[in-house]
Amino acid sequence: MTADADFDLLSITLADGARRLRAGEVSSRQLTEAFLDRIASTDDEVHAFVTVTVDAALAQADEADELLVRGDAVAPLTGLPVAVKDVLMTKGVRTTAGSRMLDSLVPPYDATAVSRLRESGAISVGKTNMDEFAMGSSTEHSAWFPTANPWDLERVPGGSSGGSAAAVAAQQCIASLGSDTGGSIRQPASFCGVVGLKPTYGRVSRYGLIAFASSLDQIGPFTRTVEDAALLLQAIAGPDPLDSTCYDEPVLDFSKHLDRGLDGLRVAAPREFFSEGMDDDVADAVEAALDLLEANGAIIDRSPSMPSIPMALPVYYILAPSECSANLARFDGVKYGYGARGGESMWSDMEATRKHGFGREVKRRILLGAYALSAGYYDAYYLQAQKVRTLIRREFDRVFAEHDVIVAPTAPTVAFKRGAITDPYQMYLNDIFTIPANIAGLPAISIPGGFGADGMPVGLQFVGQRLDEASLLGVANAYERLANWPTTPPESVGST
Amino acid sequence: MSDSPDADATQFTSEQVRHLASLVRIELTETEVEEFRSELASILSHIDALSEIDTKGVPPTNNGADLLNVEAEDASRPSMPREEILANAPQREADYFRVHAVLDQS
Repeated sequence: MTADADFDLLSITLADGARRLRAGEVSSRQLTEAFLDRIASTDDEVHAFVTVTVDAALAQADEADELLVRGDAVAPLTGLPVAVKDVLMTKGVRTTAGSRMLDSLVPPYDATAVSRLRESGAISVGKTNMDEFAMGSSTEHSAWFPTANPWDLERVPGGSSGGSAAAVAAQQCIASLGSDTGGSIRQPASFCGVVGLKPTYGRVSRYGLIAFASSLDQIGPFTRTVEDAALLLQAIAGPDPLDSTCYDEPVLDFSKHLDRGLDGLRVAAPREFFSEGMDDDVADAVEAALDLLEANGAIIDRSPSMPSIPMALPVYYILAPSECSANLARFDGVKYGYGARGGESMWSDMEATRKHGFGREVKRRILLGAYALSAGYYDAYYLQAQKVRTLIRREFDRVFAEHDVIVAPTAPTVAFKRGAITDPYQMYLNDIFTIPANIAGLPAISIPGGFGADGMPVGLQFVGQRLDEASLLGVANAYERLANWPTTPPESVGST
Repeated sequence: MSDSPDADATQFTSEQVRHLASLVRIELTETEVEEFRSELASILSHIDALSEIDTKGVPPTNNGADLLNVEAEDASRPSMPREEILANAPQREADYFRVHAVLDQS
């Protein structure tokens, strides 16, 4: 095998890479070295990675090459380099969740999604940066450093999975894993011009995912193509005895459902997803996408109304902080991670641990959650939010009784400049169109949908019915082929 | 953005922030108390729209899936090795996590 490949190693997809590896056109070692070199030459600018696992990746690559040369049947993603958000536990590899609290945590076990990735043959090149404990929409709230958007290094990549999105857009890996509680996969996918899929709540095991809001969290893939999203979802989906919130439902062969086409597809464009807060450039791009879908056989219905959708954001900012205040109570400086010592008592050590270990955004949400759950406010906030959650779910059910998928913008704006948003609630508005799918537990995907102001990518979102990722991937794949938007910046970082 | 969070901000007191911080065991500086008071009040002023929604007779949804009573086989499996778990402890003594005395011994 020689390195003078007549194709660009860095723009390879999982599907194409798997084929070329089997055909012996390239080795896993070559591929892995190419991506590690790319990380070395670009990450001073992008800052997508918290940890790069060079030695482990190369060792895995050599193992993969042995299997491939032997010619036996190999697992589907054998030898393909991917990255993992730093919120997923990786055995023996530092896992920080973007927080000083976990500065020194080296997990003794793998998250299920990570062990499945390994069983599928994929090679992890490292752990990607994120907003602390997955709370944020810009990856500016990482305790380590902000990640830059590869399309414009002065802009944010979105968040909280900003490192995973930027790494794929910057061609530092073929694909990556992220987590999505209110949009943390889809919004950065939108900002970085790549594909991001949040599966149905319960489709992918959360064992080993450092919990933020347990009734909303879900793990999913970032890729450059919809076909790759299907492959990566295939690798990580399915029941797990270690996560009782996982559906015990068969996982379809998603790749077989990519070609269902648009003819007669009933697409709802509910008014509330198009009404307020959207920038003109985003609206124009999404309208053009709707026209393209319609011209190719989809039936676009703009009449459905979902009056409770504007309440999704307030519901989220009760439920998510409430759940996070409970989940993050475990960080007490006793069992793992950072622990302050030298105070007068156990309590003062604990209070100092949480003072120094948590960043500002995390503290704010813990306080907000404690307030919403406290005596006298529980019924007015938490219980009321859970009831409105039911109303939102019902409205989705009504729309899906007559439509196959819902289409919407992913985010109301293109990526903004670093430091441009300082007001917490303004930042929360980034997730106004992504949160409803988390509230209802539905699968949703963001795919490149054109370009807006200053040539920045715009994301197009599809939301599907519970456990029907196949329909989502089908419509997304059809649109992707028609539109064929580039998924890497024209003047790539590190090219000079 | 609402332009009138100030009315609510005055209703959310520094004392409340200090109380919440003590409940969640986070030490705050006086500056932080004031900043969080103002930010929480602003966020709550947006969230308060929820109270206007009629939810009479609507049951709460408390998880993202529609699963109930998931049962697992009562089978034993090996625990994680003690040494691997203790390896991440901020402070240990023999096979224990070391902390300040919890109970007053006087």
